[in-house]
Parts: sequence; structure tokens; C-alpha cells
Amino acid sequence: MTADIDKTAGPKDTPPTGPPAIKAIPVRHYGRYLTALIAIAVLGAIIYAFGQGRINWHAVPDYFFDDRIMTGVGKTLLLTVLSMLIGIVGGIVLAVMRLSKNPVTSAIAWFYIWFFRGTPVLVQLFVWFNLGLVFEYINLMPFYKDYWSSFMTPLLTALLGLGLNEAAYMAEICRAGLLAVDEGQTEAAHALGMSHGKTLRRIVIPQAMRVIVPPTGNEVINMLKTTSLVSAVQFAELFRYAQDIGQVSGAPVEMYFLAAAWYLIMTSVLSVGQYYVERYYARGSSRSLPPTPWQKVRGHLTSFSSRKVTA
Amino acid sequence: MTDKLTKRDTPARDTSVAMVKAEGVHKSFGQVEVLKGIDLEVRPGEVFCLIGPSGSGKSTFLRCINHLEKINAGRLYVDGELVGYRQQGDKLYELRDREVAVKRRDIGMVFQRFNLFPHMTALENVIEAPVQVKGLNKGQARERAMQLLERVGLADRAGHYPSQLSGGQQQRVAIARALAMDPKLMLFDEPTSALDPELVGDVLDVMRDLAESGMTMVVVTHEMGFAREVGDSLVFMDDGVVVESGNPREVLTNPQHERTQSFLSKVL
Repeated sequence: MTADIDKTAGPKDTPPTGPPAIKAIPVRHYGRYLTALIAIAVLGAIIYAFGQGRINWHAVPDYFFDDRIMTGVGKTLLLTVLSMLIGIVGGIVLAVMRLSKNPVTSAIAWFYIWFFRGTPVLVQLFVWFNLGLVFEYINLMPFYKDYWSSFMTPLLTALLGLGLNEAAYMAEICRAGLLAVDEGQTEAAHALGMSHGKTLRRIVIPQAMRVIVPPTGNEVINMLKTTSLVSAVQFAELFRYAQDIGQVSGAPVEMYFLAAAWYLIMTSVLSVGQYYVERYYARGSSRSLPPTPWQKVRGHLTSFSSRKVTA
Repeated sequence: MTDKLTKRDTPARDTSVAMVKAEGVHKSFGQVEVLKGIDLEVRPGEVFCLIGPSGSGKSTFLRCINHLEKINAGRLYVDGELVGYRQQGDKLYELRDREVAVKRRDIGMVFQRFNLFPHMTALENVIEAPVQVKGLNKGQARERAMQLLERVGLADRAGHYPSQLSGGQQQRVAIARALAMDPKLMLFDEPTSALDPELVGDVLDVMRDLAESGMTMVVVTHEMGFAREVGDSLVFMDDGVVVESGNPREVLTNPQHERTQSFLSKVL
């Protein structure tokens, strides 16, 4: 074809004609240089101050993997997971109650959220701990009967205190998620003959999760940090153990830094987990899923686009 | 075109019973009365078109047929059975949600905004109701779903999520999804109104195909060409009442009522 001949004699050899590229002196942002300098100077001063301070930094690595610290980390994680479980389950129940057409359940849920969101969690913890003034005994008729004070172990106090408080927050998050799903989805499911329960489980909740997961991730991270409060009701976790070691070893402040480092490590790991959970629930919401960090690395190595199509 | 269809033997059905029968149907939203006494009858196997200006109540009436909206007065029957209620003696009992759901299985609905489930692929959208509602096993449902996707010309898009499909493709998947329940009646609520003009044809082709297979269809539409060509009956609604009805070709070419004339002069 003649087109081929034309192509070989194409514009490759001829230099591009047109106006020359602009070469101008860029604007100098002196203000930026100045603010950057100030910021670095302040940062340097802070680091210097901490380096000069009478802090025995060697104590931190010495105790970093201490048995008691490791027990504390374990208990902090356990408490976080269990309280969040109570919070999420309670939150879903409360959200469904608030959205239900039954005015009584809806009002009770409203009251619960009002109360638990309106009082500090530390106060709630103390109230749970001292509820023996109201209920002298706990009496689950045939199974269990005991004094409140011996029934309410520090673990149970911590779990109830944190979990029930969390449920109030999770309820609002879940409610927002359920309301965010387009009403047309419910109608489409109903038109196909699906029951209310099935519609909720199969259609509405999976879509609500996309709205629910990001703030829930924040709540988990928040919970992990809030667990440090339960040392006040005699439950020993990371912060409490770090304090104990600090008092014995004569390096109290150093142990606070150690605890801070552990909290940072744990919250960082949780953030990564949150990314993957969010990615899972983003299915179908955008044309292609964002790559995982690992896929990004592999993508750079092989230069293939590694988009997976799930059939 | 018709050979790929499973012919429905409509003559075998008792044609004396209307598929949809409305007697003095009223519906209000708060103070606003949207339907002011609708009487009409849709025969089995018929393509029944509802036209009219927006706000005339035609979509509302369609939604009453599968009880997405409750009617306030009158009687509405689908295939001889009362919609949403059970009559014993001279008393009406509201049906439970579960009973309403069972009746809806036989009525397919296609929405203006498609309403596909965005977290499921096209195939998963189609098999969802047969598996979850009818209890079909996944293998059977998948096989049937692939046939239906083939029928609407989207077999090669089975693994795509709705967000990866064009509006016309989404609407065709929505039709396949409704057909997967083997309905005896299909409701179309302005199925092409949200589509780009060049995508309307594909959806109308699928609907024409469906009409030729003998499906009973109630279609709310602004596509006068479709109504004239495929429709068996046509009703012009305005302000909550039926203004004019009859054979689509006659009504559209020679409207008797003044309101029908002015409406048609604007849209045709």
C-alpha cells in the first residue's frame, strides 16, 4: 500500500517545526525557603533538647522486649479486640433499633447513645467498678450468684466500660452507613422477592460497609489508646506494666517513651490492616481497585499492570 | 431473532383472568393525591404502555402493582389475586412482609436508574435472587444466568461490575436479573429515560424481543415509537386519572382528547 511508503518518509527525519520551548526564569519563592528553615530549626532544637535532657535513653531498648512489657502488649491487644467486638455487635444492634419502626426500641437506643456518648469513659469505668453500691449481689438464678465486687473483675469492668461506651459510637457509625445506601437498592431487592432480613444482609450491609469501615478503623486505633485508661480500675495492661517497671527500675519517664513506642507500632500495624479491609469493600465502587503495596512493588518490577479480574 | 427465545405458551394460561386489574385505585402522599381513581385491565401476553407528562402518576401506579407503594382506596389485582391484602368475607387483612415478598417473585421490575447491586458482578446480580429467594443451587443458577445474559447480548460482560458497564449495558443486565426469577409479569419504569440517546436502541431491542416471546409487560415510557410499534394497548394518564386509552396506533395518530393532543404535540 502506498500508505507504507508515505510512513517511511514520515516526519521522523524532519526536525519539528514550531515555536521554540519557553525558557524563562522561574519565580523564586523566598517565603517558602524561610518557613522551611524555621521549621527545620525548631525541629532541631526540640530534638537537641530531648538529647540533652536527663533522660537515660538506654533504658528503653533494655526493657523493650521485657517479659512484663510483652504481657502488657498482649493484654492491651486482647482488651482492644474484645471491647471492639462488644462495641461493633452492640453498635449494629443499636443502629437497627434506632432505625426500626418500633418507637419504643428506637427511643431506648436513642437514650443509650445519649447517655454513653455524653459521659466520659473514665467516669463510666469507675461507675462499673463500684456498682456494688446498687447491686450487692449478682444473681443469675440457677447458674451463678456472687457478690458484685467479686464478680466484677478488673477485666470485666474494663470490657464493659470500654465496650458499652464504644457501642454508642459504633451505633452512630453503622446508622450513617445504613442510611448512605441508596433506597433504590432496597426497592430492587424487594422487587426480586427478597425478604427484609435478606435484603439487609445481602444487599444493604455489604454496601454500608464501605461507609462504615474507615471510621471503624479510626475507632479501633482510638480504642487501642483508650485501653491505657483502664489501669485506673486495676486492670494491668501495657501502660500499667510500663509504669510499674518505671517505678522499680528508677527510669519512670523512659518507660513512658517505651510505652509510646509500642502504641505507635501497634497503631501503625492496624493502619495497614485497615487499608486492606477498605480495599476489600471498595469492590465495584470504582472501575479498578487501588493496588496493594505489594502489587505496587511488583508492578514496578515487571512493568506489567497486575490487575486481577475476579470472575 | 426470536429463535433464541424460550417461547412462552401464553394460550395455555387462562386468558379470562386479567393479569393486572385496577378498580378505582387511589393513592396519596400526605396531602397530595397522586392517583385519583384508576380503572384499567392488562390482559395476559399483552404489552401495555403507560404514557403521560411527568407527575401524572404513571410511575406511582406501576409501583403499586408490586406493592412498593400501598394504595389508599380501590382494588388492585394481579393474576386474579389482591395486591398486598387478603380478603376474608368483607374484611381486608394486610399481608405480612413475607407474604408480599412471595408474591413479588412472580413480578419482575426494571427501574429507571437500573438499581443494579454495585458490589456484585453482572453474573452475581443475575443469580442473586434465584439462589437467595428460590433456593436454586449456584451451578444451575449460573447456567441459566449465562443464557439470560446471552439473550440480552452481554455474555462477555458477566464478570464486570456495574460501574464498569455503560448505562445501556447496566439496564440490560437489570432486565436479565428480573427475568431470572421467571416472572409472569414484567414492569418497566421508564427504562430508557436515564440513557444516552444512542444506547436506548439496545435496551428497546431487548424489550421488543421479550414482547415477541409473549411476556406480559406494563411499560411506563416516553418512547412513542416503541409504544406504537410493540404496544398492544396504551393509556394516557394526566393528573392522576386515565384520560384516554385504546390501541396505541390509534391513540397516538388520532388522539380524541384535548389533553392527549397537547401532550403528543409536545413530545412527537
